[in-house]
Amino acid sequence: MTAGHEIRDAVLRHERSALEIADEALARIAAVDPKLNAFVTVTPERARARAREIDAAVARGDNPGLLAGVPVAVKDLFCTAGVRTTCGSKILENFIPPYSATVVERLEAHGAVIVGKTNMDEFAMGSSCENSAFFPTRNPWDPSRVPGGSSGGSASAVGARCVPVALGTDTGGSIREPASFCNVVGVKPTYGRVSRYGMIAFASSLDQAGPMTADVRDAADVLEAIAGHDPMDATSVDVPVPHYASALRDNLSGVRVGIVEEFEHSIAGDAALAQLYAGAYGTLRELGASPVSVCLPHARYGLATYYLIAPAECSSNLARYDGVRYGLRVADGGDVYAMFEKTRAAGFGAEVKRRIILGTYALSSGYYDAYYVRAQKIRTLMKADFDAAFTRCDVIACPAVSCPPFELGAKADPVSMYLMDYFTIPMSLAGIPAMSVPAGYINGLPVGLQIAAPAFEEARMLGVAHAFERATNVVRQRQPVVAADAQGTGAGSRA
Amino acid sequence: MAEVPIDIAHVSRLARLALTAREAREFSAQLGKLFDYINELQALDVEHVHPTAQVIPLHNVFRDDVVRPSLDHAAALANAPETDGPYFKAPRILE
Repeated sequence: MTAGHEIRDAVLRHERSALEIADEALARIAAVDPKLNAFVTVTPERARARAREIDAAVARGDNPGLLAGVPVAVKDLFCTAGVRTTCGSKILENFIPPYSATVVERLEAHGAVIVGKTNMDEFAMGSSCENSAFFPTRNPWDPSRVPGGSSGGSASAVGARCVPVALGTDTGGSIREPASFCNVVGVKPTYGRVSRYGMIAFASSLDQAGPMTADVRDAADVLEAIAGHDPMDATSVDVPVPHYASALRDNLSGVRVGIVEEFEHSIAGDAALAQLYAGAYGTLRELGASPVSVCLPHARYGLATYYLIAPAECSSNLARYDGVRYGLRVADGGDVYAMFEKTRAAGFGAEVKRRIILGTYALSSGYYDAYYVRAQKIRTLMKADFDAAFTRCDVIACPAVSCPPFELGAKADPVSMYLMDYFTIPMSLAGIPAMSVPAGYINGLPVGLQIAAPAFEEARMLGVAHAFERATNVVRQRQPVVAADAQGTGAGSRA
Repeated sequence: MAEVPIDIAHVSRLARLALTAREAREFSAQLGKLFDYINELQALDVEHVHPTAQVIPLHNVFRDDVVRPSLDHAAALANAPETDGPYFKAPRILE
């Protein structure tokens, strides 16, 4: 597949038109998406109109930006003015936002062509995309398997080479796990690096938007386009945005790579996984990096800590779905409380309800200190673990996942699904940047390497990932099975 | 499996979320497994640890108190299930 930066360069050199690129992406979506269900909404007219604007700008001699003519898919959690935004939920099935998320505006301001909205676990709660209220999405490497979640539609669309770039969100692993499952690059930036304005909130102290892309260079360009302070999000931080692409490296001499003792212990029993990651660390060493062993003693408490904090914040955020200002309303002549209860009962799926109950409990009178405040204190300890580790290393390299993509229905028990985020939750709680980069295959199924860095050191993290990507060339070793259907027939929406 | 300490009927009222009897039973069993993990947190001594509400060192972010363009009535009401003139309409709250 052509990467986003290759498309941009061709468009700026007048070798390809943004319109023909958009038509190709739409044709490929029409050809493969019936097998994947990665998209909730495809927007062909909007995409073509935008592509024509890009072509006109280039013809005038303007440079539309870092993503000129690049087709982009956007997780259906980002508000898009005039385009239905469901968040994977019945309660927002017909919601048409009156404004766009800041990141959507920034992508478009850099010349991106949005082709559609991607499927997700309802309100971003899940690790398989099976919690979508509409349909599950499938993995392009094996359609009997899940694409991961919650940004599963975005991962599947990039993995299937429908688009080189998608936007996802990550609260406890929702970019990194699906990136690993679909063999794409997925970046969760530092908390505060990217504006959350216009993102439908799940857990406000953890949610962060990030790129899911064909390669590391594209991730660098997209992050540069979307990062930076936004007056509309008081938690976005006013730290200068570097030119990430110039930080990409080809060797790692002088880089100290932390290997997490506790994580290595937990994968030691799985020979295939242990061998794959040992190989990845070996590659980093061959590139010149020095491995050092580091400890994250509180990482084992990550799951419990996260499943108090995130549901607590979710129960508070989702209180807004009350059937009054937008979204579903179920009323049958009862009072306002009956309307609230029935609307929410009908509009939310099981996982969302489960988390609202847990979070409401953790915040309720008499339990707040024992659960919620205690979890916040352990969050402090977890952050201190990373601070200590980063005095000994420049980046951390560790597993992104504990297994390759699993089959639909394989994790019916919620806790077994929650455990999928074991290696990604600690970084989320500490607020530090972390990413997954394709690392290899187990039985032909993709597995990603996670790389984490101190807060606001995305450039360092991307630099290491780029050297690893160049040395391994994992993505180009194999074709996803849906690639057999690569030749699209006719552009258009399946909707 | 750990006992679920949650009084689900009480909490579902607090959350304004009607659950079926079956949902209440299932959630109770499923969350019980999660409490096997959550209860491990009780073993840590955190008496002298400060809670982290969020990770970035930002405090009291202010902006100038000036009127700026915002959504007009029609756009703000466009997604409402029921409206009455320039208002959202909800079921009666007071008898």
